[in-house]
Amino acid sequence: MDSNLFKYVWRNSRPEQLVILGLVVLAQVFYFASLNIPKTIVNDGIEGKAFKSAQTVPFLRIDLPIPSFISDVGSIRLFDGLSLAQWPYLVGMSCLFLVMVTINGLFKKTINTQKGRMGERMLRRLRYQLYDRILLFPPAHFRKVKQAELAGMINNEIEPLGGFIGDAYVQPAFLGGQAITALLFIMLQNIWLGLIVIAVLAVQAFIIPKLRRKIVALGKQRQITARQFSGRVAETVDGVQEVHIHAASNYERADIVGRLGRIFHIRFELFQRKFTAKFLNNLLAQTTPFLIYLIGGYFVLFGDMQVGAVVGVLLAYKDLPGPVKELIDWDQQRQDMQQRYEQVIEQFEPDGMLAAELQAIPNAAAPALSGAVQLNGVALAEEGGAPMLDAVTLSFPIGRKVAVVGGAGGGKEALAQVVARVAHPTAGGVAIGGKDLAELPEAAVGARLSYVGQDVYLLPVTIRENLLYGLKFRPRGPAAYEGAALRQRETEEREARRAGNPVLDVAADWVDYEAAGASGPHDIDQRVIEALRVVELEADVYRYGLRGTIAPAERPAVAESILKARAELHSRLADPAFAGLVEPFDRDRYNRNMSVAENVLFGTPMGRTFEPDNITANPYMRKVLNELDLATPLAEMGVEIARTMVELFADLPAGHPFFEQFSFITAEELPEYRALLTRLSGRTVADLSSEERARLRALPFRYIEARHRLGLIDEAMEQRLLAARQAFAAGLPTELASDIEFYDVARYNGAATLQDNILFGRLVYGQAQGADRVGDLIGEVLDGLGVRNAVVQVGLDYNVGVAGKRLSAGQRQKVGIARALLKRPDLLVLNEPTAVLDAATQQRLLDKILAARGALGVLWTLSRTAQAERFDEVIVMQGGRMTARGAPSELSGDKTYTDLLAAG
Amino acid sequence: MSIHEEVELLKGVPLFAKLEPNKLKLLAFTSERLTFAPGQELCHQGDIGDAMYVVLGGAADITIDTPSGPLKVAELKKNGFVGEIAILCDVPRTATVTVRETLTALKITKELFFRMVTEFPTMAVEIMRELAHRLDDTNRQLSAMRARAA
Repeated sequence: MDSNLFKYVWRNSRPEQLVILGLVVLAQVFYFASLNIPKTIVNDGIEGKAFKSAQTVPFLRIDLPIPSFISDVGSIRLFDGLSLAQWPYLVGMSCLFLVMVTINGLFKKTINTQKGRMGERMLRRLRYQLYDRILLFPPAHFRKVKQAELAGMINNEIEPLGGFIGDAYVQPAFLGGQAITALLFIMLQNIWLGLIVIAVLAVQAFIIPKLRRKIVALGKQRQITARQFSGRVAETVDGVQEVHIHAASNYERADIVGRLGRIFHIRFELFQRKFTAKFLNNLLAQTTPFLIYLIGGYFVLFGDMQVGAVVGVLLAYKDLPGPVKELIDWDQQRQDMQQRYEQVIEQFEPDGMLAAELQAIPNAAAPALSGAVQLNGVALAEEGGAPMLDAVTLSFPIGRKVAVVGGAGGGKEALAQVVARVAHPTAGGVAIGGKDLAELPEAAVGARLSYVGQDVYLLPVTIRENLLYGLKFRPRGPAAYEGAALRQRETEEREARRAGNPVLDVAADWVDYEAAGASGPHDIDQRVIEALRVVELEADVYRYGLRGTIAPAERPAVAESILKARAELHSRLADPAFAGLVEPFDRDRYNRNMSVAENVLFGTPMGRTFEPDNITANPYMRKVLNELDLATPLAEMGVEIARTMVELFADLPAGHPFFEQFSFITAEELPEYRALLTRLSGRTVADLSSEERARLRALPFRYIEARHRLGLIDEAMEQRLLAARQAFAAGLPTELASDIEFYDVARYNGAATLQDNILFGRLVYGQAQGADRVGDLIGEVLDGLGVRNAVVQVGLDYNVGVAGKRLSAGQRQKVGIARALLKRPDLLVLNEPTAVLDAATQQRLLDKILAARGALGVLWTLSRTAQAERFDEVIVMQGGRMTARGAPSELSGDKTYTDLLAAG
Repeated sequence: MSIHEEVELLKGVPLFAKLEPNKLKLLAFTSERLTFAPGQELCHQGDIGDAMYVVLGGAADITIDTPSGPLKVAELKKNGFVGEIAILCDVPRTATVTVRETLTALKITKELFFRMVTEFPTMAVEIMRELAHRLDDTNRQLSAMRARAA
């Protein structure tokens, strides 16, 4: 990248800059023409000087004045004009003035739009190039850079460049042109006035930049401190757990306070100097009119100058300080931007950048790797650190199952990383099938080699997207666009090309189905599920699926299968072995395992209207209950609940966990209810205020008979609440219809989870292991109907959260391994990927993964040497060197190996 | 069963004999009452324990694993309690409890257990008494076995 911003801008936007410059020059012609008009209006149109000698005066006659020091011709006539009398002439000249102003305005608008677009294109280009360079950074460089600083540089620090790039050439040309035009005009009117103006300008141009030199230096400091500040904020966020564990929050505060102080001083200093510069600038600018009045007036009074000329000079001068001031501003901005640009660019030029060709998009699938993996004198060392690998030379056929064992720091991890090209050897080289690994295109390595380390990184997308991420080497099929979308896409592509961005479409189909052994989107999930089974993640994803929801209109087949499972489950629940585990939803029966509110609603709330917190106050719900005379019985139930709560929780200290877990009433509310009950003694709820009644009425809404067992809902009450259920559904206003999905045994409920759809009822309270037993039964039913995979597919839509944090560490590792397995690489390099799992699971996964790999190669760095016996060959690493290798049975004589075995 | 009936039932359990009625009600309200079908396990030897159970009805066998298979060491009947060792000493379950006749039990979580023992010393004494009985039983069995072995 060019280190000079101007060169960079010129090289990448020459044609656009020239077009805009052309427009600017054209604009000057009109601008100059418009300068003469006010003078003519005053002198001839109003004062009528030209009409003293003639009846009519030519209108729109264009004369180009020639200064007397060039020639004594006076002027050159360009257009003879129309003859007009004084009044029409004044009208014509005034209109002309308006037209000129409009034309000038239109020029300004066009130029600004063009500039803005060009600036944004350049900014886009620059941002893309910087991002592109991150992708080309050598792997080791990422240990030295902070991600927040990189992101801040690409996003914020170069943002002002966009505005400036549009102005880089145009602004000085435009403003300079304006200033020169105005200056020329002044010179034509009076050469002395012109010289004075030039002299003042020279002083301005000399002093101001001097004042600003320090400002630029301060700007640089401001940029660096601000960048480090955002880096520190990101560090606090990343390490917030450590901050809390070690009670370092105040130390962190101190650090930030110190930084903010430094930033404040830099910024304050900056403002001070800026305003001082501004003050001087303004003062100098105002000196000029002072001189024009004085000297121009002198020429009018004692010389041969016309008043109109002085007015013209003043008007021209009015336009002069603006451009000049802006020019000076521009120059300061130029220095600031150049400095900013350099600052950013140098951060993006680490040593050892990867060759861009390695990441070129291939036009065919990468050929399979074959032959031997050959390491020749491979060394790997951290800068200034001990060597992790020291002249390792070895070779093994790519299809072999090779284990690497050794103590900590023995070099086994480094060996795996070098073979997978995750780390680049500092000396020596790795070749596969005779081809230098360092020179293989990234697409080939990505498709044909795979690596899973101890810390898998997941993107905050679904499990499926994370798994398919390993198959996106190149776009396979364009996204389908039609009509307006197609035109939009074409515009976007054109724009991308203009900004030097590659024309890649993230919406295209990037998945290499063939690499995973699938033929397209319809059967890729099958391969995904197989990979999940190998790493024992399928059961987890199945559970996510059960907790997931689907839109039945989008996946009618799944919805239908779930309805079948619902029917099957309920027929199985009739078995005496499962009797009493589930209380099904039955429109005609009160469900004792649901709350009162749920019983009346008898459906899943969609949106906020009927959520538990809102339901008590819902006007429609209240109307239904009032019409059925349920308000008083509910308030009486509320009294009973309040009485029990006051009795049970009276002695418990506030903040006791029971309040949270079991009470209908918070500790703070308890005294209020106690007072309410005292007021109630000897009276009925009808005597209470309507507000108090409402409070009491709200209590039973959350009451679940089977769980709370206060015996509040008898047979008669059940019937009345059932009547309320029916009334609620029958009279539901149409505007509320979309807020609830009623339970209907024949319909899939899109608002409820798959599991709730299958269960279609509530687990009965107090059944030991009830949830587990019903869960097992659902599993059996789904297996029997062959719809387990459909549930797993829904589970694949589970979003793993930022950095996969919604999964456990073990699950993340499993996703990572499944992702690597899915693409069926020729060599799978595993660097203790299962270390976070327990020993038994590790062993099972090892066997399953080795079996799944078939005849394809595996290089596995083991933390437990005992597992090495499953492999064809073992490489023993110690002190960065290979000390022994051979089949596990051949190594029984090797002391290092037997020691490692003994250590476990 | 409503909470009032349950309180009546709890009054009959020696472990809670000296608790005031409103404390019993709180206990009934805050702890889970579970029904176990025959064949189900309250706890399994070696598992991590997080709760003890007070039996309100039904019967279960207490077995421990031995090299020659499971060995029945005791029976659990109404008013008995089980599972206190695992939560007292933070050790895995020391025995397996398998239901013989449909059993209902009050599940008292570790947290609740400790709170109750601190708040109601009479309950702690009752548990100590039961543990002492069991220790005495074990000692007796051990000396009998020694005598037999000698």
